[in-house]
Order: sequence, then structure tokens, then C-alpha cells
Amino acid sequence: MTDTTTPLDQDGRPPLPDAEAITTKERSQLQLVTRRFFRHKLAVGSLFVLLLVFAFAFIGPELWKWDHTLHREIPPSQPPSLAHPFGTTSAGHDVMGMVMRGTQQSLKVALTVSLMTAAIAALVGSIAGLLGRWIDGALMRLVDIILVVPPLALVAAVAGNVRGGSTWYAVALILGFFTWPVYSRIIRGMVLSLREQEFIEAARAMGASNVRIILRHLLPNTTGQLIVTATIVAATAILAEAGLSFLQLGIQPPDTSLGLQVQNAMSAMKTRPWLFYPPGIMILIIALTINFIGDGLRDALDPRQTMVRR
Amino acid sequence: MLVYSVRRLLLVIPILLAASMFVFLLVDLSGDPIAELIFQAEATGEPLSQEAIEGLEKRLYYDRSIPERYWLWLTGLGPNNGDIGLLQGKFGPTVRGTAFDIGGEISSRLWTTLRLVGFATILSIVLGIITGVISAIRQYSKLDHTITFFGFLALSMPVFWFGVLIKEVGITINNLLGFRLFATVGSQSTVREGFTAWDTFVDIMGHLALPTITLSLLGYAVFSRFQRASMLEVLNSDYIRLARAKGLRNRVVMRKHALRTALIPVLTLVTLSIAGSVDGAVLTETVFQWQGLGRYFVDRLKDADTFAVMGFLMLSGTMVVIANLVADLLYAVLDPRIRYD
Amino acid sequence: MTTSDYRNEPEIAISGPPTEARDSDVVLEVDNLTVTFPTEDGLVKAVRGVSYQVRRGEALGIVGESGSGKSVTSLAVMGLLPKTARITGSARVLGEEVIGLDDAALSKIRGKRISMIFQDPLTSLNPVYTVGYQLAEAVLVHNDVSKQAAEKRAVELLEIVGIPYPEQRVHAYPHELSGGMRQRVVIAIAMANDPDVIIADEPTTALDVTVQAQVLSALETARKETGAALVLITHDLGVIAGHVDRVNVMYAGKLVESGSVDEIFYRPQMPYTLGLLGSLPRMDEARGARLTPILGTPPSLVNLPPGCPFAPRCPIAKPQCREEEPALLPINESGHSTACHFSAELEGAKPGDLFKPIAVDADALSELEEQS
Repeated sequence: MTDTTTPLDQDGRPPLPDAEAITTKERSQLQLVTRRFFRHKLAVGSLFVLLLVFAFAFIGPELWKWDHTLHREIPPSQPPSLAHPFGTTSAGHDVMGMVMRGTQQSLKVALTVSLMTAAIAALVGSIAGLLGRWIDGALMRLVDIILVVPPLALVAAVAGNVRGGSTWYAVALILGFFTWPVYSRIIRGMVLSLREQEFIEAARAMGASNVRIILRHLLPNTTGQLIVTATIVAATAILAEAGLSFLQLGIQPPDTSLGLQVQNAMSAMKTRPWLFYPPGIMILIIALTINFIGDGLRDALDPRQTMVRR
Repeated sequence: MLVYSVRRLLLVIPILLAASMFVFLLVDLSGDPIAELIFQAEATGEPLSQEAIEGLEKRLYYDRSIPERYWLWLTGLGPNNGDIGLLQGKFGPTVRGTAFDIGGEISSRLWTTLRLVGFATILSIVLGIITGVISAIRQYSKLDHTITFFGFLALSMPVFWFGVLIKEVGITINNLLGFRLFATVGSQSTVREGFTAWDTFVDIMGHLALPTITLSLLGYAVFSRFQRASMLEVLNSDYIRLARAKGLRNRVVMRKHALRTALIPVLTLVTLSIAGSVDGAVLTETVFQWQGLGRYFVDRLKDADTFAVMGFLMLSGTMVVIANLVADLLYAVLDPRIRYD
Repeated sequence: MTTSDYRNEPEIAISGPPTEARDSDVVLEVDNLTVTFPTEDGLVKAVRGVSYQVRRGEALGIVGESGSGKSVTSLAVMGLLPKTARITGSARVLGEEVIGLDDAALSKIRGKRISMIFQDPLTSLNPVYTVGYQLAEAVLVHNDVSKQAAEKRAVELLEIVGIPYPEQRVHAYPHELSGGMRQRVVIAIAMANDPDVIIADEPTTALDVTVQAQVLSALETARKETGAALVLITHDLGVIAGHVDRVNVMYAGKLVESGSVDEIFYRPQMPYTLGLLGSLPRMDEARGARLTPILGTPPSLVNLPPGCPFAPRCPIAKPQCREEEPALLPINESGHSTACHFSAELEGAKPGDLFKPIAVDADALSELEEQS
């Protein structure tokens, strides 16, 4: 596009005198988004760190000789050493093995909850927004009702009552079930404004069904918001799951989770700090990196928010 | 405005009713106190007799269907032992026996939790708004980046872990000072003989400091981010430009036009933050061993003490709804576009 | 400021600095002003050396496509550009340099000596204050009068700009007024302190055609009341024609032609101006006259190539145009200036001589004619 000689085109006609002076490159939407994301240094750094965390959680247990369970040959209450980089518990667990397992559980819960929330929020939000009338009224009242009670308390009430100990997917499903309402409201708001736009009317005029309109026209336009929602939810889900486990209302022994490890290490913070810091810092790192990535994505997908140049 | 307020007030009733139904169903379906009691009894080696079980079912109203039990729990109408009926101020029986009264326990702990939630919410709002505004005015400066980074840190911090950490910091400071500045256990000293009113106040504040900081963290992060975004949006608006074009000094524009308008959307967050604070209080009270509602909730939950759990959930739900109502009315006062008369 | 109980004495005396060597009649003087914005793609040169003068009571129009730098120039004069903008050159209001002034000094000039009306009346007023409050605020900031006096003045101002029932409307919130009414409130704010210059940045663009005339007449009234000079920025040549004495045409951050209304409309000697006129439907032309568009788009203001920025779209561009950017030079004694190497050749030229109706369009038309 930097060409200034205006050559003739194939048909031998001179092309329209287009803006030859425009020297900036043409970019696709995806390129723009990626470019903007990669300029957000914290987000890129966070992505890298989060990938390391994923490797630690999912590949780590394959390579590391100790898992999260009790082993008689592990010496109790050892401070960090080469054999046990994060030390050992008084009962004889390898803390690194436990943190690996806990991290894995946290990530599984976070992914499940964020996908579930994004899916339900998208579905409920677009159905309510597009169909309107009583369906909208009913769905939004349901949202109001779920939002009345503090969410973690509600989740705890359900999860804590599950007999015989919860597994990670039970916790994830319960969390997911109570997380979508706020986000479905946001999506509904977007759909309400999209609905009034001409391209939806055009699709309708061409006889597109509601299902088609939702899938082909509304949802693609809310993708940005959904991606951002999914990251925010992932971060909150990590913290919520850890909180539940800390209250001993989440994942139950003999399985382990980061929150449970903090709970068990609370009294030993002074005497055996290696029990206390690794799980807590791991929760912080996961939540922080996901939040930074979410911020980078939001900046990249919605550049209006960062109009003023850096 | 009056019409709007009354209509808004009336809307609270069906929402609370529907929420009570929803929550009752969830709690009732997910936990069975009778089964829990049988399980506990078996664990001690003395299984309950059939009669004992029937007696329990009768006392806890588990001898009837869920709709009947809900109706009884809500209204207290129908045959009962005179201990149930939320609308009459009775919370229902507890699994621990007739000697315990849920209503009494909740009301004695309510003040403790309200104190914590109230202080933490105010602290997070005040700090959040101040730093959010500074961040927006100095957008992309070092200060803005620092504030934003700390906001993210606060947003990602596990409340309970931070609580334990800050508790240790408090103890270290106490040791350095040589006297107890921060109390780290409980909401008040257990021995309060000979305390003057001032002593009591100092005692309560000493106990309150660290939990308040812990609990305000998450709310702070949310408020500060939201305030920054809201302020930035206003700062880039045409009416700010016009206000400056009139010849108003920059700080007057900031105070009268920018801040005043940017505060309005932040109000909506207050409700969400109350809900979040109640959640956080459950964790914070556990860390600092407060005998508040949050701790009560967790303890009762472990016994599958349905009516006690319901009592806590309804109470916090009502708090959220009232906060919502206040925010909505305040919104209407502050934003002339919302007033529908 | 403190409110005292002085009676509202309309301040008429304009205390300009003592006139020295400079022309005392000039109220606004812009000299070689440039504005650049750093962006991710490089420096955007939004204004590239603009100079003009506005005399007392005079009306100057500035026309150009969006992105030609016409709004940025006036925002620079008002000191309202974002901090990232880099400004060089000079702008003097009543002889006082305003570029680089601090907030305190600027605040004394803004609203008092020079005021501004913005494009979108729907967003120009603060939604949470009544229009009366926002008007009174403008009065109070420059006058030591009581609140009551300021409110009385607010009612007067609303009446002047033609708002019916001003005593009631003064208590209305912006959202309770129509777009046209709101723009009149903004005009009332602009004239509140009898400024010497009012800059109106596309004051009618966001409004319905039917309301535009009313707003323009309110603007005329405001000018008559205050005796202020007017800088009317617009892309609408029709609006310009009836309301200004002189016209500046801007393209790619520079003035490309400047002259009286008659000179610009009837004797333009710069291809871009000719192109603009050719794309304007006119009542005074024969019915069959065809509109002639300017093909292409304005250049990006990042990395402008050397030479005349209009050269790529200019039908008479020669190699010289691509090498050397023409300066704005006077072509007669009355002040008509153009920035074109070949101005002299364009004397008496008509748009149709340079620009053609789009080919496709002509084909379609001839086909139609064949059929009928």
C-alpha cells in the first residue's frame, strides 16, 4: 500500500485515485486483537506464568515421584530440601506433591466454572434479550432471586450439605450454577441493544429462525464480552473454591485442595511456614495471572476503553 | 419520587418471598438433618432407636412434606410447638435440642457481624473511591500503574490466606511495641471486668482493625477499579469539556462535574459489595475466630442444621435487598434521569 | 469565588491590553499553529501550521472534511486538547498568548474572552444539574454577583436564545429538553459573559434539518447581543454561505484557500475548493447540472508523503505537486489566498471543468435514457 506510482490494474484502466498516502498496514480483526493483547506486557507475562502453572499442575505429577497422599517413607515435618523442595507435613506428605494436586484441582474447577458460566450466561442472556416479553421477565426475576443471597454462602449451603465429601466436579457444578446470573444480565443488555440494529431485522426479514439469529448473529457479537466474562469467572472461581475448601465445605480429604492446605497450615504458620506459603501463593498467582490476562483481553477486544494513548 | 419509592419498596416483598422459597428448597433438598443425626449417633456407637428418630422427625417438622414444612417455617400457621414461623420472628427448631434458640443466637451475633461488615464496606468504599479518582486523573502515570497493580493484587488475594498473614503481622507489631495494639482472636476480650466505656471502645477497635482490613480488601479492589473506569468515562465526556470551556478551574470541574457524576454508577456496586462482604465475613470470622454470624453459619452447616442455615441465609438476603433498595433510592435522588413520577 | 450582594451590573467594558504596534481590531490571532498526537502508528500531524486572524465582530467560517484539523485547531486555542497533544506555534486572544498558559490563567480567558459551542448538544450538558444551574455557573465564575442575580441572568439568557417559558425551563434537566433546545442552552452559556470570540464547532451537525435554522438564528442573536466575533466550523457549505464574512478551507491539517465568501463560492482557485463546491447541490444552477464528487479519501495524517496532500486526488496534479507542498499565498490585494502551484490557471474555472460525474453513474444514466 506504500506504492505511489498508481499502476494500471489488470483491465488496463487506471484504478480509482485511492488514498495512496495511507501508509499504515491493513489488519484483520484477529490480528488487531492479538497485536493489542501482546502490547499489554503484564498480560503476556501472565500468560507465560499461567502456562508454567498448568505444566506444574498437569505434567508435574507425572514427573514428580511423590503424589499428594500419605507415604510412610516420607520423613515428617522436614523443611524444604532437595528431596522435598516444599518440605513435608507432620503426617508425612510431600508438600510439593500436595500443591501440584491442589493446583490441578483449582484449575479444573476454574475451567469448568468459567465455561459453564459463559455458556449459561450466553444462553439465558440471549434468549431473554431476544424473545423479550414474559420469557425475559421470568428469566430476569429468576436472576434477581438468585442474586438475593450472598453467592458463596449459598454455594456453601449446598456444597456443605453434600454427604460424604465433595469431589472437584461437584464443587465446580455447584459454583457454576450460582455464578451465571450477573453475567447473563450483562449479555442480555448487549443483546437488547443488538436486537434493535438493522442486521438482526435483516436476518428476520430473510426468514431466519430465532435459533439461527441467536447462534449466527447475536452470540458472535457478544464473543468479546463472553471471553472477558470467562476469565473474570475463572479467577473468582479459584478464590471461591479455595474459600470453600478452607471452610472445609469444598473438596474433602483424602483428596486435597489449596484452600484445605491453607486451613491445615494455619496454626503452623510460624513453626512450619513451608506448609503455609506455597498453597496460598499458588492461589494468588493463579488468580492474579488470570485477572491480568482478562485485563489484556478486555483492552484488546474493547479498545474504546483505552482510547487515550499509552 | 414518593410514588417511585413506594413502588420500589413494594417490589421487595415478592422478591424476598420468592427468594425464601428458592433458598428453602435448595437447603432442604441438599441436606437432611435427621440423616445427619442418625449418622452422628452411629459414629458414637449408640444408634438411635426408631422411636427416637420419629421423635426427632416430629420435633424438627420432618414428618411432613416440603411444601407443608415451608409454609409452616414461613408463617408458623398450623399445628406446631410454638417455635417456628419466620414472619412471627421465630426461626424454627435446631438439631441441638429444645434448649437452644436460633433466633436468640442469631440476634446476639448479629451486631458483631454487622460491625465488621459495616466498617469493612465503608473502608473499602472510601479507599476505593479516593484511589480510583486519583488513578483516573493521573491516567497512565506511575501512580496510576501502581494503584492499578495493587488493585489487581487485592482482587486476586485469597481473603483467608491474607487474614492469617496479617494476623501474624499484627502479632509481630505487638511484640515489637511491647504491648497489645492489635487483638488477633475474637471480636472482644473475654474478660471485661472493670472496663470503662472508653476501654470497651478501645478493646472493640483493637479487635476490629485487622479483620476489617482483611475483609475490605476485595471490596476495595472492585470499587477502585470501577471508580477509575467511571471517572475516566466522565472525564472524556463533552460536558466536562464544556464546563472547562466556561472558565471553571480544573479542580472545580473535577469536584462539581466529574466526581459528582462519576459517583452515581458506583452506587450500584454497593449492593453487590454487601453480598460480597457477607461472603467474606464468613471467611474472616473463621480466621480471627469471631463468634459472629458467619462462623455460626459454618458451624450450623456442618450439623445440617437446616433452620439455622435458613435463618442466616434469609437474614443476609434481607440485608442485601435492603442495601439494594437504599442504593436504588439514592440513585434516583442523585440522578435526575431516573426519577419516574 | 465568593458570592456578594452586588447588583448584577452587566459588564460592558472590555479591558483588553493596551494597543501597541499590533492591530487592535484583531481579537483572535492564530500563527503557525501545529498539533501532533502520538499514536501507536506514529505521530498524527493533525494541524500542520495554520495561521489566521479574526477581527472584532467578524464571522469566519472554517470548512473541511472530518479529520482535516478544523476542530483540533480551535480546541488548541481553547486549551482543551488532551495532555498527550503536542502544540507549537502561537494563538493570541486580544493580544494575549494562550498556548502554554496554566489552568488558572486559561480559566480567566475561557468563557470570558472566548467561548465555545460543541457539536453534540445531547452530551454537552451535565445530566445531573439543571440548565439554570449550569448557566448560572458560567455567570458566577466570571462575575462577583449573588446567586439570585446569576439565576435571573440565566433566565434572561434563555429568553435571548429563544427558549419559550424561560422561567420554567431554567429548572429543567437537560434530558427534559430537545436537542435543539439544549444547543440553545449551550449557546446561552457561550454568550453569558459577553465574550469577544465565540467558536462554534459544527453546532448544527447533530441536529435535525428543521431545527438547524432555529439554532443558527439563536447563534446570530447571541452574536448581535454580545458583538462577538464568530468562528463557525462546519463541513456544510450551505451553513457557511449565509452566516460568515470570510471562509478558510482546510485540508489535511492546513489552510488551502482563504478569502471572502464571494471569492470562495464564486471565484475559487484551488482544486479542492472547486471539488467541494462541485459536490454541493445548488438552487441557483440549471436543473440538469450534475454533481461532481471528489474521488478517493483524505490522506492519513501519519507519514504524509512529500508534496501537496491533495495531489493524489487532484485532477490537475503535475509532477511538481508530488515533490513540493505549495504554501498559502495571496493571489490578490483583498486577502484571497490559495495553496496551489497552479492557482493562476484556475481563474474562472468551474467544478465541472475539473471533476467529472462518476463514470458508472453516467453509464447507468445513459442506459436509462436509451430505454425511455
